Amino acid sequence: MTAKLDRRTFLAGTALAAAATLPRPARAQAKPVRIGLLTVKTGPLAQGGIQMEQGTIRFLKDRNYTLAGRKVELIVADTGGNPAGTKTKTQELVERDNVDMIFGPLAAFELLAITDYAAAAKMPILSLAAAEDMTQRRPNPYFVRASGTSAQYLHPLADYAAKELKFKRVITLADDFAFGHEQMAGFQRVFEDAGGRVVKKLWPPLVTPDYTPYLAQISGVDAIVQGFAGSNPLKFMKQYKDQGLKLPVLAGAPAGDDALLKSFGDEALGMISSNFYTNDFDTPSNKRLIDGMVRDYGNIPGTYSAGLYVNGMVAEAALEKTGGKTDDREAFIKALRAVKLTDTPRGPFHFDHFGNVVGSFYIRKCERKGDKLVNTTIKAYPNVSQFWTYDEKWFLTQPVYSRDYPPLKS
Amino acid sequence: MSLWVVLAVNSITFGGLLFLLSAGFSLIFGLMKIPNLTHGSFFMLGAYFATSLIARGFNFWAAALVGGLLVAAFGGVIERFILRRLAGAELAQVLVTLGLSFMVADVCLMVWTGDPIRIDTPAGLRGATSMLGLGFPTYRLAISLIAVVFAAALWALLDRTRLGAMIRAGVDDPAMARVVGIRVSRLFTIVFCLGAWLAGFAGVIGGPILSVYPGLDQEMLPLALVVVILGGSGSLLGSLVGSFVVGFLYNFGQAMFPELAYVVLFLPMLIVLVVRPQGLFGRPAL
Repeated sequence: MTAKLDRRTFLAGTALAAAATLPRPARAQAKPVRIGLLTVKTGPLAQGGIQMEQGTIRFLKDRNYTLAGRKVELIVADTGGNPAGTKTKTQELVERDNVDMIFGPLAAFELLAITDYAAAAKMPILSLAAAEDMTQRRPNPYFVRASGTSAQYLHPLADYAAKELKFKRVITLADDFAFGHEQMAGFQRVFEDAGGRVVKKLWPPLVTPDYTPYLAQISGVDAIVQGFAGSNPLKFMKQYKDQGLKLPVLAGAPAGDDALLKSFGDEALGMISSNFYTNDFDTPSNKRLIDGMVRDYGNIPGTYSAGLYVNGMVAEAALEKTGGKTDDREAFIKALRAVKLTDTPRGPFHFDHFGNVVGSFYIRKCERKGDKLVNTTIKAYPNVSQFWTYDEKWFLTQPVYSRDYPPLKS
Repeated sequence: MSLWVVLAVNSITFGGLLFLLSAGFSLIFGLMKIPNLTHGSFFMLGAYFATSLIARGFNFWAAALVGGLLVAAFGGVIERFILRRLAGAELAQVLVTLGLSFMVADVCLMVWTGDPIRIDTPAGLRGATSMLGLGFPTYRLAISLIAVVFAAALWALLDRTRLGAMIRAGVDDPAMARVVGIRVSRLFTIVFCLGAWLAGFAGVIGGPILSVYPGLDQEMLPLALVVVILGGSGSLLGSLVGSFVVGFLYNFGQAMFPELAYVVLFLPMLIVLVVRPQGLFGRPAL
């Protein structure tokens, strides 16, 4: 406990110190903008959580802790990766720390635990958490997602698998929780509408030390699609290769994450994944992000750190539009949702009327360059919405993506 | 048909790893009556130590031995300075060992970060061996072999050596053992270190299959508990049989009743607890 408090004080301290050394900006207001970051720094989700914090700090350093002329104070809260902890920390951020907006949390179930409370408190939330319905059937008017819904990553991948790779039959494997279900359901709908067929869907529990019972059931298909998250993709791919399986592997965003590549060995070669962010996106803003991350943390950015960096850019653009003011929450959230950026590490994007991103998604293939594994972009899908090419009204009348929907065709 | 053969062989190989994991727990619990919930942490620590050793140029097997020894030393410290003061107080032991496991997890996160780390399969055991016209990972087959060798060695140690006789005496009647000149407390430290070493060693051996990541400890601990409860505490034969039973339940259960994966794993444990509380091969409590 003390360690966390020390760290928090330390961060707030560095933020203030950094701000104090700067020349006082002309538009500066008395009170700094307070950003609360809900992240996970302990337990199994810590890897992504730590990277979220790194991405946020990197962004603020790039702006000298000043956005739209106002100083910024970052308050980092460790949710412990569980809904109850997230709720408590959110209340602390809102009621004690008086933050102006919240970045995070990491996981969908954490977000679902706080959405009603945050909406009642009119607290703007900028999150990576991918739960579909947050921007569909149960929208929170104060929510903005600059990364993508669970299925939004997989729709383009399914399109690529069916149309470019000409796969006909696949087996899907993903963690048995909402994120896994939604990813694979999104893949299935687009893949089957393009003429392919998902013949089997396997759901190993989130905590699965040994995937062999599932690997033993793989046969008679053109490829497999995996939607594992956290450290599971690493374990899965290693066991997949050891089992002597050679089918092509398609993967969701966390499974092929750039920041995870350093943990992989040759078993990841050839894996094709889809993400809203890719290391080899050749723009000055992405170069600066990568250089900064490598310099500060010795880590290349992936989904989590790049996602939070982009979040920072969204907050900055909205603050500029409101002249640095956050007191009028309605005006601020309106400005957030109206943000339209062209030069970002993930490319150009804007938001739909639910606050979800419409932007580029990249299909990448894992290759070896020298002694390192890298993702090489093989196709970019621009302007991808959470509804893919489907009609929004039709899409929303369908049941939400789940473990059993769309059902398997037998 | 081939699916069943694959599952059966996988069950045996996974059972081998479980035996290495749970033998130490069974030893400590059976002989010292300490329900050691840091056992999962010992497993994870062993694996983490090995990654650092391998990065410093150790070969895999040397890293397994040394990693195990480092964990044994850590276990010795815990036994000597904490658990000894709580002898006989089982609730306190549960809480302290559980708390220690959280602390170890935090420190590991600080030292080795949250990134999962892979351990390369040792050279010579990579790839697949074909049997019955099917391919099986060679390394996993080797693990089953190691498990059997360890089972035999542990049995010989406890049943055939003077040290083993002293340990058994210390367990059955510590007061009498002291009278005849056996230093029971030192023996217990040795047993605890041995248990910790086994867990650490198992962690390294499991590394190439599982990789190492935060949360590995909490993933493996319940499996060790099921094995020991099923097989009977303090019985090496029980651990061995229990490991393979759990290996089979795990593989066939997950393949045949994926929705009930945990029911299939834990229901037999419940039944054993109700029908035969001491476990399949355990001795009834004295």
